[in-house]
Formats: sequence, C-alpha cells, structure tokens
Amino acid sequence: MSYTSIDKLTTRAEKNPLEVAQAKEKGTKVFGFYCLYSPVEIALAAGGIVVGLCGTRNDPIPAAERTLPRNLCPLIKSSFGFAVEDSCPYFKSADLIVADSTCDGKKKMFEQMAEIKPLHLMYLPHNQELDVTGPFWEGEVVRFKERVEQECGINITDEMLKEAIKLTNREAAALKGLMDLNQQNPAPISGMKMMEIVFKSGFFASKQESVECLEAIVDEVGKAPQEETKQGPRVIISGVPMGLGSHKVCQLIEEAGGVVVAFENCTGYKKTMQVDTEKAPITALAEKYLATPCSIMSPNPGRIDLLNTMIADFKADAIVDLTWQACHTYNVEAENIRKYVQDDKKMPYLHIETDYSDADTEQLRVRIEAFLEMIG
Amino acid sequence: MRTIDETINRKDSNESPCDPSGETALFFAGLDIGSTATKAAIIHGVSKEVVAVAERATGWAPKEAAREALEDALSKLDVPGALISRTVATGYGRKMAAADKQVTEISCHALGAKHLVPEAMTVLDIGGQDSKMIALDEQGNVRDFLMNDKCAAGTGRFISNMATALGIDLDEFGVFAAKGTPVPISSMCAVFAESEVIGLTASGASREDLAAGIVVSIAKRLTSLAGRISFTPTIAFTGGTARNAELAKCFSEAIGVELNTPVLAPFAGAIGAALIASR
Repeated sequence: MSYTSIDKLTTRAEKNPLEVAQAKEKGTKVFGFYCLYSPVEIALAAGGIVVGLCGTRNDPIPAAERTLPRNLCPLIKSSFGFAVEDSCPYFKSADLIVADSTCDGKKKMFEQMAEIKPLHLMYLPHNQELDVTGPFWEGEVVRFKERVEQECGINITDEMLKEAIKLTNREAAALKGLMDLNQQNPAPISGMKMMEIVFKSGFFASKQESVECLEAIVDEVGKAPQEETKQGPRVIISGVPMGLGSHKVCQLIEEAGGVVVAFENCTGYKKTMQVDTEKAPITALAEKYLATPCSIMSPNPGRIDLLNTMIADFKADAIVDLTWQACHTYNVEAENIRKYVQDDKKMPYLHIETDYSDADTEQLRVRIEAFLEMIG
Repeated sequence: MRTIDETINRKDSNESPCDPSGETALFFAGLDIGSTATKAAIIHGVSKEVVAVAERATGWAPKEAAREALEDALSKLDVPGALISRTVATGYGRKMAAADKQVTEISCHALGAKHLVPEAMTVLDIGGQDSKMIALDEQGNVRDFLMNDKCAAGTGRFISNMATALGIDLDEFGVFAAKGTPVPISSMCAVFAESEVIGLTASGASREDLAAGIVVSIAKRLTSLAGRISFTPTIAFTGGTARNAELAKCFSEAIGVELNTPVLAPFAGAIGAALIASR
C-alpha cells in the first residue's frame, strides 16, 4: 500500500543536501553526528543544524582501507571513507564533527578523522551504574556545550536547551509512534520501508520539518484500514546500526518471506527514548544519553530489557541478531542475547556476522531461508 | 554393508508398488542440486519408501544435470505408468530446476537424515561447498543449525583439493588416511593448506600420514563449528563424504563420536525434498 505522507518524506529528503548547504552559506553552523550518544539538543539550542553523517554504504570502503586495517568494522571504514573522499554532502557541510569514544575502532579512527575536519570527541564512560560515571559524563556534556558556544559565539541558556529538548522529545515520540504502527498484525509498513523512513528523516536541515513529516505518516498510516493479508514470521532485528546501503540482511529476510516488524538497534527503537523535562536540562540530557543500551556498555542489561519489551509489544516470532564484522562488543554480546532468546524466551535466534559487501549474499540467503523454514 | 540397490528394496520389484486401492501408485521426487553432485530421489506415495535414486555431476549445466538425474531415477523405477505427482528441489541450484517448490538444503537434509536414521538427533552434512550441523527435534524438524561461512575449510571441496595435491583419487583418500599417523596441518585455508601439504610432501612426509592429518584438521574444524550445537547422539552423517566408508570411519574417530552413516547418505537432501513433495 502506498501513502502520500511516506512519499512526501522520501521525496522531500532529496532536497536535504542542498538545503543544508544553503543554510550554511547564510551563516548557520552545521554539526555532523555519528552516534546516538551525542546530545544533539545542545547544537539545536545554539541554532545549529544537526545532521547524521554517512557511514552505511560500501562504496567508500576501499578508500578507507588505504589507511585503516581491512579487518575493521565496515561502519567505521565507511564513515572514514566518506570523509577522506569528501563524498558525503553532510560531512562536506559540517563545521564540527561530533564523535563519541564508543568502541576502540571508532575512537582511534576519529584521531585520523580529526586531521581532516574539526572534531569534538566526547569521552563516554562504559558503565551506566557506577557513582563516578554519571557525573563524569555530565561533565562531558558540559564540555560539549562549551565547545558549541565557542563555535556559535553565543551562550546557551537553560531556556534554549528546554526548547530544543521539547523538539527532540517530539521527534522521539513521532519515531516511536511510527515504529509502533508495526505492533499491528499484519504490520502496515515493511522493514525495508521503515528503515528508509527513519534513515531519511535524519538528514533534514530543519528538525521541525522532519518531525512534521513523521507525524503526518503516523497520522495517515494509523488511520488507514489495513488489508488482511497473510504475512510470514514476525522478525525483530537486533544488534548493530543499519541504514540504506547496509540493509542486506533486512532485505534478505523480507525476500525470504519474513516480516521485519522492528529494529532493536540505535537506528531503530533506541531512538525513541525521551529526555526528562522535570530535571535540570544538562542533567536530564546526560542521563538520557548515558542510558542508551549499546553493547559498548559493560554490563549492558538495558538491551535485554528493551528486547523483552519489544518481543511482547511486537508479538515477535524470531530474533535475528546482526553483527558487523570485527564489531567485538556486539559479537561477544551475541552469546548473552542467544542465551536470553533461546533459553529464556524459547524463541528461534539467528546470529549473522557480515559486512556491507555482497560477497556472502547467497550464503546468507540460504541461512535466512532455512531459519524461516525452521520457524514454519 | 548393503549396496544402494539392495537398500532401496529391489526385492519386491515384481510387485507393483500400488496403493491399497489398487490403482497405479503415485510417486514423489526430490532433486538436490549441489555444487558438485546433483541427486534425484523418488519415494513411494503411500509407503514413503525410497524406490529409486540417481546421481549426476552438476558440472556447468545444473538444470540439465537435474533433468538427467530425474530421468535416470525414473528409468530405474521400472513401473509402467508411474506418475511423479510433485517434485521439490533443494541445494544451491534449487532455483534453476523445474520443480513445484524450492526448499533449503537445511530442511531437506534434516528430514532425509531422520528418514534414513530415525533415531538421529543431529545431522552432520559435509557437502561440496558447505558443512552443516543440524540439531533436530523428535519429529525431525530443524531445532537449530550452523553452517561454515564464507570459507571452504572443512568442506568436501577442501578434501577434494587436498586429494589432488597428494595425487590420489578422492575415493582412495579414506584408505590412505586410515593407514597413516596424522601429521599436523596448521592451515585450514584451501589455498594455503595446499601449499603446506606440498611442502610437507617435499620434506618427506608420507601421503598416508598427510591424508590422516588432513582428516584430523577437518575434524577439529567441524568440532569448533559445532560450538554450541553439541554432538547429541545419534548423529547421522550425510553428504558426499559419507559415501566413502573409510573416510567416514576416520571422521568418526577424529571427532570422537560415533557417526551413523546410512548407505543412502549422499541422497539425504534429495530424499528430504521428496518427503516434502509428498506432504
């Protein structure tokens, strides 16, 4: 089924690179983000443009491999490849790259990227519970605020932050509303389409506008009568971030007759967390971002909690756990997820380790088809 | 050990395999189009017994190989007016065959192995380009499975390359391996292992000891592939490698688990496909 609001967002997104470039010419500062841990509200509060940076395509990887090891995660190589080739329009426009010390590969790659563009690295603690890590991370959020103030030449007040939080909370609610549409059975939006919508909504020059587009989709699809077509097994994809260009596994699952109903990853459901508006803005921001249940946290119980909620809410039949090659944290954590899914939830579980290339597509197709046959 | 022909029950070939109503029986066919060999199996519509099998090298024309294997199996069937009511294809070439349905080799091997070895709880299949371990439930459904990924280590192709490097026939490989004392082979890369084997031959290692060493290294690889899928007995050993009795025995010893190798082991995938066709 086609929806006007979805077509509008996807067509509208084509203008994003131009609009970002035009705004930059008028003097608006552009901040490029890679990771879900970076508080975009601070850049938004300063009147900056906030865009996601490219890192989900295979084509710039050979350029990255001239500098980076070949057996590194494709996401890191792709991000770096776009930077060295200057082929990502958002990277080109960015005045400041905002980075986080999430995994070792990214952290060390950012040292090299800093030679290409001004880059601010936020030092992320890898534990969410210790008494020392909360205040440390809040200090990092403050240090980032100071850097943005310096870039934009203004003081960011609490009032400005509250306004920005209001907008990002609205965005998170719209994203949650969008993804939750697929709690219905049959799911109204395919996994591939869902990924495209969420992915493309991350590159708008105006966050206000992307939020309005998302809200229109939730409204239109939510009200539309759903066809009672029979669908295949309902699959949740867990694990590493995915986007257009690194959508191979999602596509294979759907080609084999499965339905990807949700993504438990930082390009999916982890984007739907709210910032507490009752607390002081900096503290609330620090708390929200540190709570992101990524595998770089040790331990990382939040991922199991999130998965547990999603399995129930989306009435999932199976979990596919995706790891990019050489992503050690997700790869090692896969064993915890397998035990939880197979032993505790008694659900079928498939772990896939791959990269962005097509080299293993046919082999993966056999494994995915066999997995879906196993579910029946 | 019985031959394939004995196994597929030629003794009652004088009796027409009819269903109880006395009409001409229906048959179901399975095609397993593997990277190396293409197998066809025909089962009786009522008894589900395997009544004919045939094999062809897949070569460069899998579609032709599939057609020929099926015709060959049909000719062995020797039942006037026999009808194949449905055909299911499996294996890497499954999408090329003229069949009613395509099913992955994982599901087909599981069903075929359970049919041949009813007490099997695990299937070890060493095929041309894939090695798989499949955990079964009591009904023969797939509970979990593992496949080698992106690498020829531990596959039939690996064994065949090593046989070539040693200048011996693939069929003799098991005989050589059974006689030797294993020489450690360190590389499992199909290319590097070949150089290593040639190097060891040059330094005086015997072909028997090298063949034994290769079997041990593949067994180690399979054991690590098995990982979380434990070798729960009974294990049915299928795939082309299982045909070679000596080699199957060497594997069984190297893995340290008894393997049940049915005579029709190479046809497990095709039999499973035929069983699916009969549902």
